[in-house]
Amino acid sequence: MTAEPLSSRVESAIALEVENVTHAYGARLALDQVSFKSPAGQFAVLLGLNGAGKSTLFSIITHLYACRSGAVRVFGHDVARDSGRALASLGVVFQSRTLDIDLSVEQNLLYHGALQGLSRSETRRRQGDLLARVGLADRLSDKARHLSGGQQRRLEIARALLHRPRLLILDEPTAGLDLNARADILGLVRALVADAGASVLWTTHLIDEAQADDLVIVLHRGRVLAEDRAEAIVARAGATSLSAAFRALTGADGEAEA
Amino acid sequence: MSVAAEPRPFGLRELFICLVGVVWREGLRFLHQRERFVAALVRPLVWLFIFAAGFRQTLGISIIPPYETYVLYEDYITPGLMAMIQLFNGMQSSLSMVYDREMGSMRLLLVSPAPRWFLLTAKLVAGVAVSILQVAAYLVIAYFWEIEPPSLWGYVTVLPALALSGLMMGALGMLLSSLIRQLENFAGVMNFVIFPMFFASSALYPLWRVREGSPWLADVCALNPFTHAVELIRFAFYLKVNWLSLAVVSGCTIGFLALAILAYDPARGVLTRRGG
Repeated sequence: MTAEPLSSRVESAIALEVENVTHAYGARLALDQVSFKSPAGQFAVLLGLNGAGKSTLFSIITHLYACRSGAVRVFGHDVARDSGRALASLGVVFQSRTLDIDLSVEQNLLYHGALQGLSRSETRRRQGDLLARVGLADRLSDKARHLSGGQQRRLEIARALLHRPRLLILDEPTAGLDLNARADILGLVRALVADAGASVLWTTHLIDEAQADDLVIVLHRGRVLAEDRAEAIVARAGATSLSAAFRALTGADGEAEA
Repeated sequence: MSVAAEPRPFGLRELFICLVGVVWREGLRFLHQRERFVAALVRPLVWLFIFAAGFRQTLGISIIPPYETYVLYEDYITPGLMAMIQLFNGMQSSLSMVYDREMGSMRLLLVSPAPRWFLLTAKLVAGVAVSILQVAAYLVIAYFWEIEPPSLWGYVTVLPALALSGLMMGALGMLLSSLIRQLENFAGVMNFVIFPMFFASSALYPLWRVREGSPWLADVCALNPFTHAVELIRFAFYLKVNWLSLAVVSGCTIGFLALAILAYDPARGVLTRRGG
């Protein structure tokens, strides 16, 4: 690759800092004093069951909502007060499909490039490498609707990298995909971290998507129960696996397993 | 490897690229949604070919500004039908922004580093561009039905009027979509917004005619912003300016847009309350 999509690793820099974020829908508290830090150049997993508050937190990080109290910073830029810089530093893959399925792969990229202030020629210059990276180099003029679910997801990842964000955040990116496509997407994003020094926050309810040396943030009923390397969380719980540790932490059963 | 530079806030160039991109995408999507285009075209044509033809004999139109001669009923309702196209388009595109499938693409739009008011306005401008295409298609067919402005310049002078009235209706739709939970389906919008606005206006009958039947209804019509959108278009089509309507439509556009932007403000807006 000639152009790397992501910034190089900045040791010890904090990619994402969530500080005392509390958010309520009416009387229901969705997030309660949530705090964690995700270092740059790291694959971090935000792990929680459905309803744990992951989507709310994701919406706050992407500035869809403002948090009522607390702060979110992306590489030091406050999402609420300096949202332009914070959003420019973020590459986002949403859980729901956000491609225009009637438009071609290239048209989807051009649109997103424009939203990020990139001219058409600049987007065209970047798209080749990115599509090669996600294995879609030969699909440039295909309509998005003709891509498989996994391919659409990979296109969304390439699109999120178009403006060379410093932090890539993904909301349940493997939801609705079959086993092969899941492994494929996970491997792709892990490779971005390993080779390109990307910083990633990966949101999921699937415990087996976390590896021993990932930073794992366990979110349960709006609160952070653990924030550490997966292996350390397992050791501290005296468990044999992350799913056992998760069950011990949350008292929940079954659902968040592999 | 290239290191991502410290991000810069959007300058004028980036904002312009962003605006063009949003309008371009809306235009592409419009071209791909043939059913929407056909529906948008058939609706006013039904009114023109059937309703207006039927009413031609019943409803005499006296000479009122901007007309300087007697006009056929088809001529009279054409500006109203242009406004109706925009009303439908404004409601449709704005409502679909929040509801159902479009939620995802709205999120994508709003993670752009451009200021949110700018993104929402760009989205509106894109909707207006599409509505003008729809009106243009209608006018082409109407031309062959011998409905045309007094001079070909009317096709030019009507453009700014259409742009402004399209903005007003798009902003109204955006505001409604953010404020009113009950209007979650299009049928509700038809019954409670589109029909009252359309029928209680000067689109189908001149206000003096309404006043003969019901003075209070005429007052309602005179207060209806849609009436002013229709009159603005009617006058512009005849190379004239209706200053009162221009003022009302401009004021309403600014008001609706400001409220819609407030409603979409991440700190207090509807998205926060609803929980996405």
